[in-house]
Amino acid sequence: MKIKAYALFKKDFHSELRTRYAVNSLVMFIIVAISVILFSIGNERISQGLTGGLFWVVIFFSAMSGLARAFVSEEERGTTLVLQLIASPSTIFSGKLLFNLILVFMMNIVIALLYSAMFDAFVIKNFLLFLVTFLLGNIGLAISSTIIAAIIAKAGSKGTLYPVLSFPILLPLILLLVHLTLNSLDGTSFEQSIFELAMVACYDVIMLSASYMLFDFVWKD
Amino acid sequence: MAWKIFLFLLLSFVSVAGIAFPIVENPIHWYEFPLIKGLEQNAKIIFFHVPTAWLTVIAFLMSTIYSVKYLINKNLDDDAKSYAAAQLGIIFCILATITGAVWAKFAWGSYWSWDPRQTSIFALLLIYGAWFALRSSLESEEKRATLSAVYAIIAFLTVPFFIFIMPRIMKGLHPGSADDNNAGPIVNFKMNGNMQLIFFLSLIAFTILFFWMWTLGYKSIIFKEKINKIYTQG
Amino acid sequence: MSNYSVEAVSLNKVFGRRLIFNNINFKFENNGIFGISGPNGSGKSTLIKIIAGITSPSSGKVIHNSNTIAVIPEKLHNHIGFVSPYLVLYDEFSAWENLNYFSEIRNVPFDSEKVTFLLDRFLLLNRKDDFVKIYSSGMKQRLKFIFALMHSPQLLLLDEPTSNLDAEGKDKVYSILRNEAGSSIIIIASNEDSDLEICSSCIQLEQFKNVNSSVPSRGDILK
Repeated sequence: MKIKAYALFKKDFHSELRTRYAVNSLVMFIIVAISVILFSIGNERISQGLTGGLFWVVIFFSAMSGLARAFVSEEERGTTLVLQLIASPSTIFSGKLLFNLILVFMMNIVIALLYSAMFDAFVIKNFLLFLVTFLLGNIGLAISSTIIAAIIAKAGSKGTLYPVLSFPILLPLILLLVHLTLNSLDGTSFEQSIFELAMVACYDVIMLSASYMLFDFVWKD
Repeated sequence: MAWKIFLFLLLSFVSVAGIAFPIVENPIHWYEFPLIKGLEQNAKIIFFHVPTAWLTVIAFLMSTIYSVKYLINKNLDDDAKSYAAAQLGIIFCILATITGAVWAKFAWGSYWSWDPRQTSIFALLLIYGAWFALRSSLESEEKRATLSAVYAIIAFLTVPFFIFIMPRIMKGLHPGSADDNNAGPIVNFKMNGNMQLIFFLSLIAFTILFFWMWTLGYKSIIFKEKINKIYTQG
Repeated sequence: MSNYSVEAVSLNKVFGRRLIFNNINFKFENNGIFGISGPNGSGKSTLIKIIAGITSPSSGKVIHNSNTIAVIPEKLHNHIGFVSPYLVLYDEFSAWENLNYFSEIRNVPFDSEKVTFLLDRFLLLNRKDDFVKIYSSGMKQRLKFIFALMHSPQLLLLDEPTSNLDAEGKDKVYSILRNEAGSSIIIIASNEDSDLEICSSCIQLEQFKNVNSSVPSRGDILK
């Protein structure tokens, strides 16, 4: 099953290289989002706490611009039927999740690098905590956005509905991630943040298992 | 029919009693409420605000249960039940938010201060809003029922996180929350007998009202769909 | 001769509150060509999709190979070839890449000899490296047949197989289907007489109307 999911990922990756359906808009969105923040700040110094929150704002909106692609592009072109004929639902979900995971990680690494270059106040004191937060947070973000993308692909107004549906689902995750990022900016110790980290891990596991169980219903007509 | 009259009388009594009974320092008569430190005269909203918040949660729970049932049985009646529950849920959610905000203006000095409970009810409002937006964008009845059921279940899974993480991330102001050292757990200790009685009568009355409205709601949805089907097929 | 069998037991499909078809029963065994005909909207495509396991029936079931372990539900798609007007292949890939990815995602070895042979028979061999987006609709239709046949399925489900094809293409398809019918079960859903002529037996679907047409009264709602 892993091989099949990987083959589907390869197909998507190859297709992405040819069509640039997601990457182009994603890159532009990151640039737009960061520059809007920079313009609105102007010459003022912003506090460290604010940069931690804005970091996840940029990530949330960038994710909303590109992550729906995995399922929406199949639905728009009508190739869903082909996929239904060559693979089981769990394979499809694994493949698409893998694609979104890679996309989220690439996107967020770019955002993190750009962000720390642009904002002087964004200095991480507890790097290990930030790294673990970043890792678990990206996984959660990818899982939730993949299952919502699968739902959205079948709905009418795809573009506008995606952030509307994703936000309530991602809200607990984002609140936790903002809190943890603030901790890592303050230099709070790893042990003091273990409860929040465990919550993020729980979120990942619960969303992953729920997605696998519910995806069959979304995928089958 | 008799129970409808009973419900009417119950609701009238609760409304009149809740508003008119005075709050005094040392209650002597049966119609007097005790003074709760930190709440004072504002305490009266408890008879209306708490039932709406309670019904918001009950409606969400019922909507999710019928979503699960729909996914198992694929019976559109379950979808209608889930939909009717959510329709009432969003109404009570808005009522709870407004009554809560009005109360907060007098108790805390501002309408909104991102207290954990305010944030949670806001998240619930967002979930309801997103759920209705999803439904309205789907035309095929089956697809609408299936996808909204899936979304309701996923949204339901986020609720425990709010319960666990909110108190750690934000400071609580709401009576009954862990950080509150004025009113404390009101329902258990600070209320006297008649206040508790009217409070629970109010909860019961509102709950009966909810189930009545819900039954009417889902029945009318089912009949509307049947009539639609007859007219579209000629 | 394959020993595949496909059986439908009291299939019933409801869209929303509209009944599409009711109580469909059949059993096809071993090999041969079978037809499904009926007016537009009678549920031919839906029935084909239900047999393929893409859509689930409202009640009743489809039994593949008498439920033996030879067919695992998760891998049902490896036993089925499917052609439909709704089928769309990836535009941004060439025919060859499309077929290659399909067998990779199926996790079956890519049989390039068989694919070359099929491309040749469907007159697409010299166009195999062109992107699908520049194909004509007839070429796309022929490519769908290659997609359906490349993994040697035991059950071939064809929904309007000869739409978009010219007379020459149709003859080609019929001769190949007759050939395949020796080793697999072929089910054709179509209204074209020429398609139904090659079938050995045929199921007729009818249009359902107003099954339950009692108008509910106001009293029912308030009960």
